Amino acid sequence: MTAFYVLFLFLPNAAAIEPHLSALQVVIPLLAAPICVVLRDPKLSWLWALIVSWVVFFISLVILGKVLAEGVITYELGGWPPPWGIEYRVDAANAFVLVIVGLIGAITLPYARASVAREIPKARIYLFYLMYLLCLTGLLGITVTGDAFNLFVFLEISSLSSYVMIALGSDRRALTAAFRYLIMGTLGATFYIIGVGMMYMMTGSLNMADLSTLLPAVEETRTVLAAFAFIVVGLGLKMAIFPLHTWLPNAYAYAPSVATVFLASTATKVAIYALLRLVFTVFGGTTLFAVTGVQEVLIILALAAIFAAAFVAVFQNDIKRMLAYSSVSQIGYMVLGIGLATTQGLTGGLVHLFNHAMMKGTAFMAMGAIFYVIGSVQLKDMAGLGRRMPISMAAFLVAGLSLFGTPVTVGFISKWQLAQASLALGWWYIAVGILLASLLAIAYVWRVVEVTYMEPPPEGAPKGEAPVSMLVPMLIMAAATIWFGIDGDTTLSVAQAAAEALMGDQP
Amino acid sequence: MDGLNSFFEPLQGAWQAFEAFMLSEGSPGLFSYWVIIALMMAGFYIVIAHDNLVKKIVGLNVFQVSVFLFYITMAKVSGGSAPILAEGIEQYSNPLPHVLILTAIVVGVATTALGLALVVRIRNAYGTIEDDEIQAIEEGEDA
Repeated sequence: MTAFYVLFLFLPNAAAIEPHLSALQVVIPLLAAPICVVLRDPKLSWLWALIVSWVVFFISLVILGKVLAEGVITYELGGWPPPWGIEYRVDAANAFVLVIVGLIGAITLPYARASVAREIPKARIYLFYLMYLLCLTGLLGITVTGDAFNLFVFLEISSLSSYVMIALGSDRRALTAAFRYLIMGTLGATFYIIGVGMMYMMTGSLNMADLSTLLPAVEETRTVLAAFAFIVVGLGLKMAIFPLHTWLPNAYAYAPSVATVFLASTATKVAIYALLRLVFTVFGGTTLFAVTGVQEVLIILALAAIFAAAFVAVFQNDIKRMLAYSSVSQIGYMVLGIGLATTQGLTGGLVHLFNHAMMKGTAFMAMGAIFYVIGSVQLKDMAGLGRRMPISMAAFLVAGLSLFGTPVTVGFISKWQLAQASLALGWWYIAVGILLASLLAIAYVWRVVEVTYMEPPPEGAPKGEAPVSMLVPMLIMAAATIWFGIDGDTTLSVAQAAAEALMGDQP
Repeated sequence: MDGLNSFFEPLQGAWQAFEAFMLSEGSPGLFSYWVIIALMMAGFYIVIAHDNLVKKIVGLNVFQVSVFLFYITMAKVSGGSAPILAEGIEQYSNPLPHVLILTAIVVGVATTALGLALVVRIRNAYGTIEDDEIQAIEEGEDA
């Protein structure tokens, strides 16, 4: 991290900027977004979004470094002290999620230029980057804020912009997918504000840290119980927890490739973070999580997601949709980490946030490259693709191996951690479940491998690779999938710090 | 007319009893919350049950409006005046939920606008805005 501090010193007035970093993290992409409309030109707006993404990534790294070294960063927006004003509060948990979002943004953007130019009409490209920057703002805002209502506002900023991004897909089914997501997403967000309103009725506060001290006194009331239920279901819709996942497969399958890469790697992850923050920080002082049976429900739903979604994935012929179902299944692993509710289990869930972002990012990037060259992601068009597009398919293979948790890939690290956490609780059947589900993952990845590597390419089929600007980010992601699979200690230690920050003084 | 009146008479009686209960000491100020729940359920039902996409958006709107009312209601302090500093007024309603819900109203307007824009595009692409017909077309495409 020292290197980043040194870099940081070269910026003008570094000392003056530094205390404002957590606000700038959100303000920079927010103010940068309308400039895309002014620029209009596809290349210029792409370049602008690229610069902003890298600045955001850089800031998130500095924040993570600062949090790990010095502890929690708080920021009072407009100088109003909390709990009256909005507070931005960054501990190890949000800093970790900020880095995931920043990193995915910074890697996706170089990849985006060629792919977006191919899939979106030229006149609408600047709008895509506008929506991307707004979505980035929303996701970073959800992560950084310490105010329950402010979280809702950012949730809607990110959701509204992602509906638009999905609707920009070239297939007309993208429109209906975006519409269904809009209905489900709005219901989820509205459930969330109902919950926040009920908490406000009982405590008169919206500040998360303040709420966590005020809620235990009123936890016996039905109002708080209802608030808890509304918030869990509302955020459950946003993070596509089984069986509230129905909007996700089509949304990811028909969105433009770049939107899929970005949203699959960040949006659901940030919603999971929001649930973690609400359950373990805001309701952390209460016993609601254990008493109401939410813990058991989450574990059962997580296992159902892991199996049912993986099973459905086996029968998909659209590979982007197959990967989307696989995402629902993988979200199950993260929810499982929440359900275990021990520091060890939460570490497993959090590290899987990062690891899944890496492998699913790689897989969807490979699909984007394949769509760029052959114009389809249907399994029947992929015969012999292993020879026609060796680099993209190699990247897909790495992601696929990671999806079923082969050692030396990131998938192994998180599944191992989760299995150990459940064994530590004496719940051996969960560990067995994780193992069995991996077999299902082998089945759906194998179908693709079989068609692309075993079948000969048809006569006159399009050949050749996607442009270098798409291949390099894809290979970086694939390399990260392996790198963090070999050196799991870095991510695990950060995830553990994050889990400890969330669990606080709980057992 | 007499027949109609005799038909409505028991209903009127029931409504009067309901109103009296709502305004009685036993349930102080809960009338508004009953309205909110009725609106919320009506909106939610429209979203789920109707196939017409515009009706779905309208249902979503009703659902959201019930939450706006919920925030406005909870801010009301009985006997409190509008939160403007003036002489002789001691008790004010809580202005914060009102301000919060202004934000949510803006979000609701944006959602409605985007939803309706999507319906226009869906109509252009599919030639219908009935969800069941769209699903039939999509299933035909998948096969």
